[in-house]
Amino acid sequence: MATSPETRVDSAIKPDHKALILVQDVHKYYELGETRVHALRGVSVEIAQGEFVAIMGASGGGKSTFMNILGCLDTPSAGRYLLENVEVSSLSKKELAAIRNRKIGFVFQGFNLLSRTTALENVELPTLYARVSKAEGGKRSREALALVGLGDRVEHFPSQLSGGQQQRVAIARALVNQPSILLSDEPTGNLDSRTSVEIMDILQKLNDEGLTIVLVTHELDIAQFAKRSIQFRDGRIRRDERIQNRPRASEVIQNLPKLED
Amino acid sequence: MDLLAIIRVAMRALGRNKMRSILTMLGIIIGVGAVIAMLGVGQGARQTVQEQIQAMGSNLLFVGAGTVTRSGMHMGWSSTKSLIYDDMLAIMRECPAAHAAAPGSSSSGQVVFGNDNWATRINGTEPQYFDIRTWPFKEGSSFTQNDVEMAANVAVIGETVRKNLFGATDPIGQTIRFNNLPFRVTGVLASKGTSAAMGDDQDDIILVPITTLQKKITGQNWLRWIMVSAVSRQASYAAQQQIAALLRDRHHIRPGEDDDFFVRNLADMADVADEAGRVMTLLLASIAAVSLVVGGIGIMNIMLVSVTERTREIGVRMAVGATERDVQQQFLMEAVVLSLFGGGIGIIFGLSASYLITQTLGWPVLVSPVVIVVAVLFSMAVGIFFGFYPARRAAQLDPIEALRYE
Repeated sequence: MATSPETRVDSAIKPDHKALILVQDVHKYYELGETRVHALRGVSVEIAQGEFVAIMGASGGGKSTFMNILGCLDTPSAGRYLLENVEVSSLSKKELAAIRNRKIGFVFQGFNLLSRTTALENVELPTLYARVSKAEGGKRSREALALVGLGDRVEHFPSQLSGGQQQRVAIARALVNQPSILLSDEPTGNLDSRTSVEIMDILQKLNDEGLTIVLVTHELDIAQFAKRSIQFRDGRIRRDERIQNRPRASEVIQNLPKLED
Repeated sequence: MDLLAIIRVAMRALGRNKMRSILTMLGIIIGVGAVIAMLGVGQGARQTVQEQIQAMGSNLLFVGAGTVTRSGMHMGWSSTKSLIYDDMLAIMRECPAAHAAAPGSSSSGQVVFGNDNWATRINGTEPQYFDIRTWPFKEGSSFTQNDVEMAANVAVIGETVRKNLFGATDPIGQTIRFNNLPFRVTGVLASKGTSAAMGDDQDDIILVPITTLQKKITGQNWLRWIMVSAVSRQASYAAQQQIAALLRDRHHIRPGEDDDFFVRNLADMADVADEAGRVMTLLLASIAAVSLVVGGIGIMNIMLVSVTERTREIGVRMAVGATERDVQQQFLMEAVVLSLFGGGIGIIFGLSASYLITQTLGWPVLVSPVVIVVAVLFSMAVGIFFGFYPARRAAQLDPIEALRYE
């Protein structure tokens, strides 16, 4: 795998996949008083159904801005963003909220669970805004918690759970409305290395079942669990490549020292 | 989110900070409680005044000696000497709407029985006075028309005078002294209590024949007032007109000149007293309403704190699909739940306070269901009004900023 060329796009990912995410020449700038901060300077990328993309780069490189746009929390200043062939950049705030609710699952670095609220209620949160019935929301939430291995912890409060367990609750919350894409911003940033690998194991398994995942990380050994890595620098994509010989997280765990948590 | 879900989420959020929620509600509890208690006291007072005026007889007319102006100076109530006994006879003779009339004049002084003495008012009148005022006797009976003609030294006393002079002794037939004149007590009037309209003790009085008072005590032959009853309540206005016209004629008052007397019917007096009561009620209620507004500001304050504290929560909610409207409704609902619960407890608090006031101070308190409904609506309005701004602020947070908020 060549590493020297600037901005090269891997040809293997293009033709036969249906593009789930299509970003074309997206710019983003903020007005800070007199000065204009250019966070993204023409980003184009396609992400197909079933991909597992790690977004890397130094801070200030534009990866957070890119993730906010992918997550429909922000809109591009210029360029197009199509999610499942829907032009997102022109939608109203209300329509964006609906897309975040149904098509996108978020997992954050700081877990962002509501304190003094049980794991189950945290996972139910997106179903409240999806206007599904209380019974249906509860059923789906239990299933999602079982999927991340917390079926026996539904009534626990975040303060009673370890960091890894909290992040798994957050993943369950992201999955509860069956989104087409899971966006994850430094999901392992607050976790020790073993727990990080456990979280990556869950993400790999979800990806095996067909879920598209985009995760931001600055740790190379976390990024290697993905299938594709995109490097950001100065608001542009510097490198976009397939990851060769990616390890299985489930196998890596075997070789790590066991911790009690 | 549907309404039930919004309420559930709001209740849970408030339940997480129980102490704070209760303290915030306290403002509304006290406000609503005070409004209900104060309106109750005011309404009760008004009702009592009305009942007392009704008890005096709604067909009653009061003809008083008027003010006279000498050299541009008003000489005060009943300073004229023009109202005389013959005026009363003329009213009975010439006013068809007048049913009965009793003359009146008064003085005051010290009344003595044995070793006890008491300063009181003494009124001279005729026996029909007690019928006109529908004032029953507790013991004994009135002096007679014959006593009036003879200017006899007989007296009817009020309950307050009896209590202070006689205590346990039976007053009937006993002799009391007023201005060194002996009077034989013929009767004791039933207690009428304090007049709510005038604020004086109606039982603190001695009544003697008008002739006795005029000839032996005051030495004046004019009257201070004539109490008239109209043939019916409907006729009291006509009676008022007829009496005024008659007295103007008898007193030779030319058109354009001021009357030297006044005629009031009790319906007018009831209106005046009612208006006074209404103003008092409004005053009390507005003072109480101030505390309701203060309570509302308390809610706004806590909601603003809450929005700041829960900025990340708001960010998370928006990230998982809450619209601006969802967030706004959630915080608005929290404010409304706070104020409604506060209002509910405030109603209980206000009703208990009203009950306590009735029990301990003996004031009549009247809480109408309308007041309670208005209190509920008002506290809800307070919640919406003072919750709107914090909720708006929450809804307008930028989700990216909110998620990053530490």
